[in-house]
Amino acid sequence: MAEGIRDKVAILGMGCSRFGERWDMGAEELMEEAFSEALADAGIEPRQIGAAWLGSCMDEVNIGKSATPASLTLRLDNIPVTRVENYCATGTEAFRGAVYAVAAGACDIALAIGVEKLKDTGYGGLPGLEIGSLPPLWWPNLSAPGVFAQVASAYMARYNVPRDTLKRALAEISAKSHANGAKNPKAHLRKPVSCDVIMGAPMIAEPLGLFDCCGVSDGSACAIVTTPEIARSLGKHADQMVTVKALQLALSNGAEGGYNDWDGSYILTTRKAAQRAYAEAGIKKPREELSMFEVHDCFSITELVTMEDLGLSADGGAIKDVMDGFYNADGKIPCQIDGGLKCFGHPIGASGIRMVYEMYLQLQGRAGERQLKNPRYGLTHNLGGFPHQNVVGISIVGRYR
Amino acid sequence: MIGITSFGAYVPRGRLNRAVAAKANAWANPGLAAQARGERAMAGWDEDSLTMAVEAARHALAGRQVELGAVYFGSTTHPFADRQNAGVVAAALDLPEAVATADFAGSLKAGTAALLAGLDRVAAVRGGEVLAVAAEHRRARAGSVQELMYGDAAAAFTLGSSGVIAEHLGSHSVSTDFVDHYRAAGQLFDYHWEERWLRDEAFQKWLPDAIRAGLAKLGIAARAVDRFVLAEPAPKLAAELAKRLGIADAAVADGLHATVGQSGAAHAPLMLAAALETAKPGQTLVVVSFGQGCDLLAFRVTPAIAQLAPRSALAASLARRKEETDYAKFQAFNEVVTLEKGLRAEANPQTALSAMYRKRRMLLGLVGGRCRKCGTPQFPAALRCVNPSCHHAGEMAPYRYADEPARIKTWASDWLTYTPEPPAHYGMIEFERGGRFMADITDWDLGQVSVGQPVRMVFRVRGRDPQRGMIRYFWKAAPLATAKEA
Repeated sequence: MAEGIRDKVAILGMGCSRFGERWDMGAEELMEEAFSEALADAGIEPRQIGAAWLGSCMDEVNIGKSATPASLTLRLDNIPVTRVENYCATGTEAFRGAVYAVAAGACDIALAIGVEKLKDTGYGGLPGLEIGSLPPLWWPNLSAPGVFAQVASAYMARYNVPRDTLKRALAEISAKSHANGAKNPKAHLRKPVSCDVIMGAPMIAEPLGLFDCCGVSDGSACAIVTTPEIARSLGKHADQMVTVKALQLALSNGAEGGYNDWDGSYILTTRKAAQRAYAEAGIKKPREELSMFEVHDCFSITELVTMEDLGLSADGGAIKDVMDGFYNADGKIPCQIDGGLKCFGHPIGASGIRMVYEMYLQLQGRAGERQLKNPRYGLTHNLGGFPHQNVVGISIVGRYR
Repeated sequence: MIGITSFGAYVPRGRLNRAVAAKANAWANPGLAAQARGERAMAGWDEDSLTMAVEAARHALAGRQVELGAVYFGSTTHPFADRQNAGVVAAALDLPEAVATADFAGSLKAGTAALLAGLDRVAAVRGGEVLAVAAEHRRARAGSVQELMYGDAAAAFTLGSSGVIAEHLGSHSVSTDFVDHYRAAGQLFDYHWEERWLRDEAFQKWLPDAIRAGLAKLGIAARAVDRFVLAEPAPKLAAELAKRLGIADAAVADGLHATVGQSGAAHAPLMLAAALETAKPGQTLVVVSFGQGCDLLAFRVTPAIAQLAPRSALAASLARRKEETDYAKFQAFNEVVTLEKGLRAEANPQTALSAMYRKRRMLLGLVGGRCRKCGTPQFPAALRCVNPSCHHAGEMAPYRYADEPARIKTWASDWLTYTPEPPAHYGMIEFERGGRFMADITDWDLGQVSVGQPVRMVFRVRGRDPQRGMIRYFWKAAPLATAKEA
């Protein structure tokens, strides 16, 4: 039985660029912005990095294929650099590569950097995905809001929730993230928005309006990881150290999309990955033990069902928890305290690492105006693909001691 | 005895209100008001003569186990000039590939030409029945009379020598280069002369002569004709002609001007299908197409017609109707205006012809697989069974989904993604006997799509590649408004 990743890897330093419509920057400048912050935070030189993982998703824009753009831009020391791509869960995949390399003893210090330059297309929303040779011959022209709106249709059908009730709860979710994002100087969207405005916004994919959709942003985030022992030798104190407690990935195998069982109202892989992550981290009662979490709120409905999929709200109970403020900044388990994908933004390859960045800052008491009181465990949930066919990456980070 | 063994027809559910279209162009041509009555059938953006032909053929074949030796497809608007359209129809019906296929084109007689060739093939005893199908989707310039008078439709027949519901009594064909309209190769629109030319020179001269000669040759007295099916290019021409020939007024079949419009090469077959819907044993039907000459076919309805299960033809098509009062939408669907499609429409991958060929039964025939171990049907056929408690590896038994009952499990109404008809509707379609996949939803009514709604799978245009001229076909889910449609 594998013993898992818990406490084998410490975060030595992290960095994150300002997210947004960075018309002034390409992927290279964004990477440099995140990388230089992480280097300073870690207190190391680039040549101390033994291996690196680059996460980027959209070949169609951004930086093209291979990891060479990261190696070139950051002038890495001819070390192994690997590009990873796993839909919108790409950032967590890059983080996972670096963490596993350190845990395996393959290198002392590893780098994970995610970057996405989306705003080079000329239109709103995500660029269309290249999907290979056969899928274009039979798949619908799926858009991200279109596939996630289907979760709403299934959720309403399963729990017999009136549309207006769901729409209201979804608005609360977005309003909460806007309130949080307003306090985050690096966030893309920094304006509080009322539920009335959210519910009155133009329809994108029924029942999701404009404010039910996350920002499409440029940005980069970066993590430098090592072992707790090396971190200590580099001057990091154990009581300030943040370690990885769990790192899990779950992929669909076709059952949701091809076998008549899944009802479309939840994300199967989130449930699988969450159970494994809690076991790996030694968390028995997540609703009581988690201090905060960042979920993949590409759409408000995704956040709603993820609260149930993570076992924090009972099945069918997320609406009540949302309306009760359970996940607000002053609630029991704050969710999206940095604004989430919704307002911090969603530069795809960076997002998974950006979530860890916020947990890391919070755990170290460095989150400024939005600092939570004495957090212990933070969870990140990164979802790529479609509700019926996807990749879910979950990490749990916490204080070493 | 040889003749028709079954029939079906299909008219798209969209019906353009002619008054709306006439009014939109009245500023330029107030005379259009004369044609502003009734409605015309209007193909959806994802329909063409080929998809309509498939749907009509499915109705003709519904509930019948027939071995087909040939598929003949008549139209002047085949989507492909070189890629056999009848072959795509055969593939969409998932027929065995050992089948003769041919397209008939070049004249509004193309539909009856396919029928005649099919009857000849049956007479020659080459094996199997023949599927003869005709479909038409003609374009017309904005503001033209033809835009109002044309209509989109399809009709299909199976022809054979047993179970004949309408015995073929014989035929008479005339070819004369009488040009009242024409369409040069590569042109989108017809060029028409005035109706008086057609009326005086064809309908009062050579056409009556040709019909008289045909009836005489077949030994049918004009007054013995129980149903006179003439694909008239304009209203009242058939009635005037019948009077001239001595055919009873009551025998003249409705020209479908008020409901469907002129469906070109499909029109005589469509009217024949309509006649068969109400035909009684012993009746004599005379069918005449018109286009640089004419084909005359005579049939006698047999008692076997009572044994043929009721099927979807004209009556069901007319009942499945959605009035369209948005003339701008009609123009956009027919590409007579260039609508802003947005930057997302620019994405245009090449069609992998090799992938299309490898997966032809999947893509054209909607054939999935059934696990040989656990029996789970699934789409597409997989290398390993999708059932989480099976995952058996091995070749699956082919399993056709086209006629499987299905429902909408989840759905989206999407204003973001590109589609010629926003908002794009698609969703998880679940088949009652097993299997599901994410599919486009077509023929939707805004605000009426719901979880649990029954659907029928239909063969449609998945997308068009204007750069390379490719049309990609696949199957979509069409919501059924009533249990009756199921």
